[in-house]
Amino acid sequence: MAEINILQAGLARADRDHPSAPSAFAVARLMLERDLRLAFRKASQLVQPLAFFAMVTTLFPLAITPELTRLRHIASGVLWAAALLSSLLALEFLFRDDAQDGTLEQYALSGRALTGLLSAKTAAHWLLTGLPLALMAPVAAVALGVPGRALPGILASVTLGTVTLSLLGAVGAALTLGVRRAGALLSLLTLPLAIPVLIFGAHATQLAIRGEAYGAPLTLLAALAVFGMTLAPLAAAAAVRINLE
Amino acid sequence: MAWTWFHRLASPPYLYRTARRLTPWFAWPAALLILAGLIGGLWLAPPDYQQGDAYRIMYVHAPSAWLSLMVYTIMAVAGGIGLIWRMKAAHALAAAAAPIGASFTLATLVTGSLWGKPMWGTYWQWDPRLTSELLLFFLYLGYMGLRAAFEDLQRADRVSAVLAVVGVINVPIIHYSVVWWNSLHQGPSVMYLGKPTMPPSMLVPLLMMFLGFTLFFAAVLMVRLRAEVLIRERRAHWVEEEIGA
Amino acid sequence: MSELARLTAHQDYGGSSTGMSEATLRGESLHLWRGERHVLRGVSFTVTSGECLQLTGPNGAGKTSLLRTVCGMSYPEGGRIRWRERDVNEDLPAFHAEMAYLGHEPPLKGELTGRENLHYWIGVRRRFGRAELDGALERVGAQRWADRPVRTLSAGQKRRIALAGLLLMAVPLWLLDEPTTNLDVEGQRLVGTLIDEHLAAGGLAMAAVHHPLAVSEQGLRRLELGIG
Repeated sequence: MAEINILQAGLARADRDHPSAPSAFAVARLMLERDLRLAFRKASQLVQPLAFFAMVTTLFPLAITPELTRLRHIASGVLWAAALLSSLLALEFLFRDDAQDGTLEQYALSGRALTGLLSAKTAAHWLLTGLPLALMAPVAAVALGVPGRALPGILASVTLGTVTLSLLGAVGAALTLGVRRAGALLSLLTLPLAIPVLIFGAHATQLAIRGEAYGAPLTLLAALAVFGMTLAPLAAAAAVRINLE
Repeated sequence: MAWTWFHRLASPPYLYRTARRLTPWFAWPAALLILAGLIGGLWLAPPDYQQGDAYRIMYVHAPSAWLSLMVYTIMAVAGGIGLIWRMKAAHALAAAAAPIGASFTLATLVTGSLWGKPMWGTYWQWDPRLTSELLLFFLYLGYMGLRAAFEDLQRADRVSAVLAVVGVINVPIIHYSVVWWNSLHQGPSVMYLGKPTMPPSMLVPLLMMFLGFTLFFAAVLMVRLRAEVLIRERRAHWVEEEIGA
Repeated sequence: MSELARLTAHQDYGGSSTGMSEATLRGESLHLWRGERHVLRGVSFTVTSGECLQLTGPNGAGKTSLLRTVCGMSYPEGGRIRWRERDVNEDLPAFHAEMAYLGHEPPLKGELTGRENLHYWIGVRRRFGRAELDGALERVGAQRWADRPVRTLSAGQKRRIALAGLLLMAVPLWLLDEPTTNLDVEGQRLVGTLIDEHLAAGGLAMAAVHHPLAVSEQGLRRLELGIG
């Protein structure tokens, strides 16, 4: 008889029969609200990944050339490399605090699907880090000599890309939950998985800069995001449970 | 929660003894096939009309590449089985396989690089196969790094199993995105194996090498598997009997 | 006691619909290893409604490990846990919905107030109104500091907030790991009283302690864990 403990617990029905149990939607909203509220009380933490993004983007003109016409050619690569690295930086506070003070454990023992709870946490994380990054990307792009017509495409692709990056990051963060100084290991785990996002995202950006249609890679980015939304929370929930044992 | 009997093979002492019995059955044919394949490939097979003798590195490169991928898949499947049915034997298999797979990946990269020199004139090109292989190498390193980060062996087993499953699902996606990326930029030509027909004098040694390498992997796996089983079972009675007082 | 009466009215220890019914928690021959150590060696126990199992033993004897195994956080290498005569692994989420676990540290976020903590912590398990929340805080004597950020509270105050959370969960099974830590004498008596009231309402409890609980003899059962 198979004991599919972890998967069972992860995929549990959100609604128990109990009349006073909140719906899955209410639970997700509660988690989202909680994480957003917590983040705004430590607002200085939110700025760090964005500052990092700006700093990394600045490195390239300084290291290569200040000429905008030449920067334009490497802009898509610089933007995406910076976005990837900044996302990694932001992963620190996804689960760590909750694991350390015992609140994550309480959620794992709440009788609610951990998958749903972690999805809500990841969504909050994206709203706090991925979305601001996506909004900053067009600004950084202008600084790299990108023409104005490319900005909507850049915004769209980085928005979609950061969704997948948050999801992948959630899996990585869940896997390395108990590990001290997990920074380098987390990068090693997450970056190879993030390569498709990088490739499609950078291509979409490149096409946008050249003024060509970027629908195809954008669709692929969306597909990755959807794929991630279905699978990443499952893997993250399994990893969290293992690490809480 | 009593130990579930999945298969006789799940029993560690049975697995240990079977592995020991099977090792010579894998090792000797492996040695013979590899020897025969090398003789056939390096000496008997005719030189290629395009590449001359340089193509012969394919006899090591291609089997290594195939195994690097196959071993990762085995690792992921074993990890998944270990997770779902809580089988230490499956986790032992995954742990045993990982460094072997990583070595094959490294061998693929090195031989690919050596092959590249006569083919392209440089030791490295961002061709889709080599790039995918490099990313696969990072996946292996991540897996082994994650394992090493945990002191508790059981937790290391289970967390790395989740990573392996996530990784194996992503490998096709990563590979597809790399191929796509490469096709955009008209990268260097695909390596020798893209050729539709191969004369038997070339093909037969190649097949012998494939089979020989696979058996070689199996033999080394058996040896490492026994060590991994012992580590996990060191408290059990049968281990004391086996090792001898 | 009026607050408690209001709280008790919401409690539903009978599983899905009817009122209170007998519930039993059984541990059968539990074996657990932590790394090298064989921490639990064939531990067995039974607790029924109205009983509190007091776990005692020296440090490292496995009290915390046993509680965590009962919760489902640690997976035993041998033996099983039965809740209401069914193996908990058959439906772990359903078991969790009827169970409360309080570990060594109160599970609270420093940046949130006590009230907010309870809202987000218990709110995913059940709906409750402000009145019930206030009632629980009053019951544990924490209403005065419930609106300050938890990081400004003392350890004893945090523990009381955690106890309020326990009451709000309204579940039949309580698993408590050293519930009286950091509490003054009055606080320790409070814990004993809360457990007594819980048992009287048909609940069960398992508590790991260093000092005996101030719980009435009638419902108290004992289990001593040893090393070696």
